[in-house]
Amino acid sequence: MIALEKVTKRYGRQTVVDDVSITFGGEGVTALIGPNGAGKSTLFGLVGRLLQPDAGRISVDGMDVGSTPSSELAKVLAVLRQDNHIAARLTVHDLVEFGRFPHSRGRLTVHDRRHIEDAIGYLELGPYRDRFLDELSGGQRQRAFVAMVLAQDTRYVLLDEPLNNLDLRHMTEIMRLVRRTADELGKRVVIVLHDINFAASYADRIVAMRGGVVVADAPAREVMRPDVLAAVYDTPVDVREIDGRPVALYYG
Amino acid sequence: MGVLIGALLVGLAVTGLFVGVSDVTPGSVAAGGADGDAAFLLVASRIPRTVAAILVGASLGIAGLIMQMLVRNKFVEPGTTGVSEFATLGMLATMVFLPGLAVVGKMGVAAVFGLFGTWVFLRVIRVVPVRQLVLVPLVGIMLGGVVGAVTTFFAYRLDLLQSLGQWSQGSFATVMQGRYEFLWIAGLMVGVAWFAADRFSVIGLGEEFATNLGLDHRRVVAVGMVVVAVITAAVLVTAGMIPFLGLVVPNIISLLIGDNVRRAIPWVAGLGAVFVLACDLIARVVRFPYEIPLSVIVGIVGAALFLWLLLRRRSRAH
Repeated sequence: MIALEKVTKRYGRQTVVDDVSITFGGEGVTALIGPNGAGKSTLFGLVGRLLQPDAGRISVDGMDVGSTPSSELAKVLAVLRQDNHIAARLTVHDLVEFGRFPHSRGRLTVHDRRHIEDAIGYLELGPYRDRFLDELSGGQRQRAFVAMVLAQDTRYVLLDEPLNNLDLRHMTEIMRLVRRTADELGKRVVIVLHDINFAASYADRIVAMRGGVVVADAPAREVMRPDVLAAVYDTPVDVREIDGRPVALYYG
Repeated sequence: MGVLIGALLVGLAVTGLFVGVSDVTPGSVAAGGADGDAAFLLVASRIPRTVAAILVGASLGIAGLIMQMLVRNKFVEPGTTGVSEFATLGMLATMVFLPGLAVVGKMGVAAVFGLFGTWVFLRVIRVVPVRQLVLVPLVGIMLGGVVGAVTTFFAYRLDLLQSLGQWSQGSFATVMQGRYEFLWIAGLMVGVAWFAADRFSVIGLGEEFATNLGLDHRRVVAVGMVVVAVITAAVLVTAGMIPFLGLVVPNIISLLIGDNVRRAIPWVAGLGAVFVLACDLIARVVRFPYEIPLSVIVGIVGAALFLWLLLRRRSRAH
């Protein structure tokens, strides 16, 4: 379990994450939603030890994030941030291989190689494995990053807006894959999403943040209500049932 | 391609052994025997010079590669980040305050100054937008210019300009047995870089990726800084400043096989050695029997290659 206890993060005088206590990891897929500036990415940064909290305690499977060696945490927790920009010319295979670094420390075993092959196969990147990242389309590159995170083979996977800049087909592909990794590989995925309909279709649980606090935390269906969503996003949202699934209409 | 670089390396190294004012050929060495003049020259001057050229080329290429990984910018090397200038300032400091210091001491002081220079550069570029590809080395060159001006000012006032020039002008003319061995320390740094290659690759992905993969970002950066500073200082005290190499060689290899450091290191080292051997050979034969400074040849060849890389990059809309 990823457990946050009374976690606070401030930038200057602005409190971005305000006394948040929550646990993740009971469900396969948890969607984290909320307007821009709600503190979602900051929360990920704190859990992924990329940022230090000003107050509170974060633990992953009982290991304190602040004091456990980073190399140990890297074996149970993987975080993919948004807007990844890699200047180095690396191939897809190189990138996925680096996902094994927490286990291999650079010396790949047969076991490591199998994980690399599995991740490449899972993301259907076989044909592109020797291509350089700067020669790929946005969707392929995003899949390569996800493959790297999968190769890391951690129980917990945090994905920060992995659907950014993807077209409809690739968005759906990534979400299906997220669902599969949870169902087939037993991973616990927490994913920041802007499209609440994707959250509703693929997540078991939706956590909504606003102004640095958690304002809703419930099974997907319970969060997909006009009153709840309108309060989260501060804009009218209609919710209709289509083929038994709640669909949010927010196109005005 | 590996065969090509290997063949060039061996070919240039062997040719270099037998090019010079004194007549040293396989025949004359054989005729004179182990105690002959030709054999003496070979052991005391030609072999050290060749080994020095190989070590300088290989290690400067690696210094550039590591620096580019640390900064995540393709246009940095010790010469475009102020590191070389800081190391030179260190040299001047030893001339003023510790004139009797052995060369290894001079190198140590230069390395410490170089290390400080890397640190200053890394601090300064924190405020520069990292995606401004050309701005980062530009800031480094300006930093180097300021430090270089300070060095020149004091060297001028203290009447040390000439001896400083002798140290810092890139040339292998003074390399002899007993005066190049510090370069093995630079060679050792290449070994360190090779050993930690994967860590430098991961650092090249950025701090967030590195942290996620459980790497201590600061520690790897610190090791990289030491590698860069020691190589810069060792080359400075033995062969002087050799511009562009650390920039051009890793970039060519990056185009050919990419930036995975473990894969790139042997190529960068090999091509760097070929580059210096070739330039040194040209420097020795252009005005035969006189020599022109190696740094002049390296500057001309390196600048041309650098321009080509820049223009090529633009044509690919980067």
